[in-house]
Amino acid sequence: MGRVTSDPVCLYVTCSARRWQLPAQTSSATLRLNRRMLSLKRDKKEEEDGGANPFNNLEKSTVLQEARTFNETPINPRKCGYILTKVLYIINQGESLGTTEATEAFFAMTKLFQSKDPILRRLVYLGIKEMSKIAQDVIIVTSSLMKDMTGKEDQFRGPAIRALCSVTDHSMLQSIERYMKQAIVDKVPGVSSAALVSALHLGKGSHEVIKRWVNEAQEAVNSDNVMVQFHALGLLYHIRKSDKLAVNKLVSKFSKHTLKSPYAYCLLIRIAAKLIEEEDAGSDSPMFDFIESCLRHKSEMVIYEAAHAIVQLKNTTAKDLAPAVSVLQLFCSSPKPTLRFAAVRTLNKVAIKHPAAVTACNLDLENLITDVNRSIATLAITTLLKTGNESSVDRLMKQISTFMSEISDEFKIVVVQAIRSLCSKFPRKHNVLMTFLSQMLRDEGGFDYKKEIVDCIIATIEENAEAKEAGLAHLCEFIEDCEHTVLATKILHLLGREGPRTPTPSKYIRFIYNRVILENAAVRAAAVSAIAKFGAHCDDLLNSCVVLLERCQLDSDDEVRDRATFFVNVLKQQQKALSSAYILNGLQVSVVGLERALHQYTLEPSETPFDMKSVPLATQPITEQRVRDVPGELPSSKPAQDKVAATRQDVYQEQLAQVPELANLGPLFKSSSPVEVTESETEYYVQCIKHTFSNYIVFQFDCTNTLNDQLLEKVTVEMEPAEGFEVTKYVPCASLPYNKPGTTYTLVKLPSEPTQVTGTFACTLKFVVKDCDPQTGEPDEEGYSDEYVLEDVEVNVADHVQKVMKPNFAASWEEVGPENELEDTYALSSMSTIEEAIKNIIQYMGLQPCERSDKVGEGKSSHTLYLAGVFRGGHDALVRAKLALDTSGVTMQLTVRSTDPSVSEILATAVA
Amino acid sequence: MDGGLLEPSLYAIKAIAILDNDGNRLLAKYYDESFPTTKEQKAFEKNLFNKTHRANAEIIMFEGLTCVYKSNVDLFFYVVGSSQENELILASVLNAFYDSISQILRKNVEKRTLLDNMDAVFLAADELCDGGIILEADSNAVVQKVAIKNDDIPLGEQTMAQITSKYGQQVSAATDRVLQSAKDQIKWSLLK
Repeated sequence: MGRVTSDPVCLYVTCSARRWQLPAQTSSATLRLNRRMLSLKRDKKEEEDGGANPFNNLEKSTVLQEARTFNETPINPRKCGYILTKVLYIINQGESLGTTEATEAFFAMTKLFQSKDPILRRLVYLGIKEMSKIAQDVIIVTSSLMKDMTGKEDQFRGPAIRALCSVTDHSMLQSIERYMKQAIVDKVPGVSSAALVSALHLGKGSHEVIKRWVNEAQEAVNSDNVMVQFHALGLLYHIRKSDKLAVNKLVSKFSKHTLKSPYAYCLLIRIAAKLIEEEDAGSDSPMFDFIESCLRHKSEMVIYEAAHAIVQLKNTTAKDLAPAVSVLQLFCSSPKPTLRFAAVRTLNKVAIKHPAAVTACNLDLENLITDVNRSIATLAITTLLKTGNESSVDRLMKQISTFMSEISDEFKIVVVQAIRSLCSKFPRKHNVLMTFLSQMLRDEGGFDYKKEIVDCIIATIEENAEAKEAGLAHLCEFIEDCEHTVLATKILHLLGREGPRTPTPSKYIRFIYNRVILENAAVRAAAVSAIAKFGAHCDDLLNSCVVLLERCQLDSDDEVRDRATFFVNVLKQQQKALSSAYILNGLQVSVVGLERALHQYTLEPSETPFDMKSVPLATQPITEQRVRDVPGELPSSKPAQDKVAATRQDVYQEQLAQVPELANLGPLFKSSSPVEVTESETEYYVQCIKHTFSNYIVFQFDCTNTLNDQLLEKVTVEMEPAEGFEVTKYVPCASLPYNKPGTTYTLVKLPSEPTQVTGTFACTLKFVVKDCDPQTGEPDEEGYSDEYVLEDVEVNVADHVQKVMKPNFAASWEEVGPENELEDTYALSSMSTIEEAIKNIIQYMGLQPCERSDKVGEGKSSHTLYLAGVFRGGHDALVRAKLALDTSGVTMQLTVRSTDPSVSEILATAVA
Repeated sequence: MDGGLLEPSLYAIKAIAILDNDGNRLLAKYYDESFPTTKEQKAFEKNLFNKTHRANAEIIMFEGLTCVYKSNVDLFFYVVGSSQENELILASVLNAFYDSISQILRKNVEKRTLLDNMDAVFLAADELCDGGIILEADSNAVVQKVAIKNDDIPLGEQTMAQITSKYGQQVSAATDRVLQSAKDQIKWSLLK
């Protein structure tokens, strides 16, 4: 070895260098020697790596070249084995082989079947598996592998089966089927397992063939070998999983007859849990008894699986959970970190739904706070935060802060989410929590983590008025040094909205203006908008704000300049209405809709100016509220939902535009959510969606024919119009075959009298039936007319109103003015709580609650609800409802303001 | 973090890996499409290594996956599964993986020995897990199936006489190797 010879020199140099370095002289000699040492060290380091790893720096082409040795006879097993290992090594390192390279190596490898060397042979199997997906004509090895799989050498048989299945395609499966069946019931466990596992892999593609192996699988479940039993049960379930009854039998059979394998038990528990969930059964199900009995199994793996399954089930009560929680509690003090982790993680899940069930474990969880595994400690703390009471919050927060820097971002997010739920649970603790959050904001962290904190602070500010000032101050500090543009703009927007309404708005302006000086264009633009909002809302700051904005007019970015110029000019008018419409409450239109309308306008040049009211309004994302209510929901599903809600109306608009009969109705104002007008299990299933236009309503009926021996043609929905309404057109659905949804439209003209907007329509489905063959769908020549009575469709006030969020309700209230104000007092005797009244009022009027006035403080007997929206035709509509609770029910004083007198009248009567 | 019920499936393992003490891959097998390209796989390994090489914590939630790990001298063994997977199953696979490698390497679980026995290591990984399904979770059975140089009885259960008669030469070679590596270590500690 070359290394040994160089060693003494090296040692000598080391010693001399040490001696030279000791007096710490910086003579040139020492420096030179040091440099030599360094280079020597580097050489040695490289040599060390190369020497230690014989596979380092392997060249793909060299290795493949070497693989030609396989063709030599006689075969040298050692040498070939070494080369094959090299090939496997470079593939494992991620080197990709081309088809020709792989095919060439593959064919060379097949020559190695001549050698009987056990290691070499099984390396060949590995090689075959690696290359089976890249090389061509891999079927060539089938016969060699089949020989091995049925041969005498037991240690070849299992691996040979697995290699064979990787080269087999569906057409070849038939020919090996007999051998596979034999292998499954082979008495050698390795062979049987290999066959079962391969069958599962094959079962992903060709289910039919695998199905025929069910008897063999059944036999294999009774094997004495634990792994064979596990694999056989897996295959058996895979074959039968679409047949619920068979799965049911499977579980009840094997839950009685004791399995040997803990893995098989875990699988059986999962199958049982799935059945319980599918049947929506509770703890009275026999499946549940089985799972519960597994809590007393001797293997920890099975006990945990059972506890985990019980915790995950939907219909469990605190009582059902108790045994599972107590085994998890025992695991908490296990010496194995994995067991502690698993237990505390599952307890954490329990705490989301049933915090009371976990309180018994509080003491054990407290001990885990100091666990060396930080993941365990974090989970323990967040669980305690969910189950603990107000008094323990301070102590726990202190404990978390000691190791926040040591845990991964993912867990930090878990902590933030726990704090978020604490904020809403213990509003009085906002001081401690806010301080902690601001501390976290200052620490290092990725975007997702920071975003979570900011969202948490914003949510707390919105829910808790007392926390507002502190929260805003923390956010101001954060944007001073924030590298994420998205977060900075979001915070600036929030400051613009909330800042002006605080007691001392002026202190925020400095923070915002600093952004104008220091940040990128997107943040500067957001800052400019925020400053303008201060100017519009606070009279005493107006002049200073104008001065600041005028400075921004010299900005290098045109968007910033444009915004500044626009705001300066609006603010200088000093008109409340203008400020409210153009600064405080902004545009309420759908951006996609605006783009489309403008595009349309430029295509057809006309004399009339562009009408903003023709643009569809932005629909309030209905999901926002809901998401907050369910904190356990997967974060990833949120954006998808929002997107759907925002574009639903655009989708309808597009759909309706496709129907030539419904052209020229103008822009779509509002689409209702679908209402069922039949029972869901009837012959014909019909849903109705109401689309409101300026002068018309289009009723869209989505019909599904659930009879497989009928074909419907010329399907329409005939409507008996209410007084004043007039049906002008039916758009039939030409043909409605079995199970293919079709759509028919009915166009109704709205009454000319502006205050007449509601009505009830009787609907009948009319069509021509043709009987047809259920199999082929071939219809008869002749058909006959028939009809089917549907439920009535109602048109109510909410269909004429689009929800609009006014961030600054008071400004809008002043903007619309008292001109068309109507006021009345109602006694809502049927309502027993203010919450219920609010819910009903919102539902009847179809307006958007503003300033979070739909949330009532606990135990209050009076409340003011602010609602805003736009009425069909583009008239702003604002409602202020003062509610008071007394013994006879809820009393409401309703004040309606609108830009149109008849709208005020309609809304004022909507509740009555 | 949240998960519903586990789908009853045998596909429990997403990946297994052995890394060296610089976080470089010595062996890595991915069984599903979580990391389709080599680049993503290596990035994942690097990040995972950075998170785990200092803290000896045995288990970590990482990029939405549950990873269990174990290290010795300059080797790191990992088994990765979905975040909903039973952590104890993953741990049992890791133990089988580690113990079988340890037996194959005759308790010299370090990079040098591992690379000298790379063929057996590949075979052991193959016998442990097939396409994401646990094939064998008993380390003795894995070692037996790998059957390297017909030592069917694990080293620990043999008498000293058996060892010397059977592996006389190998032992002396092994002693040489141990001495050599000890020498090297002394030398490097001096250099550093």
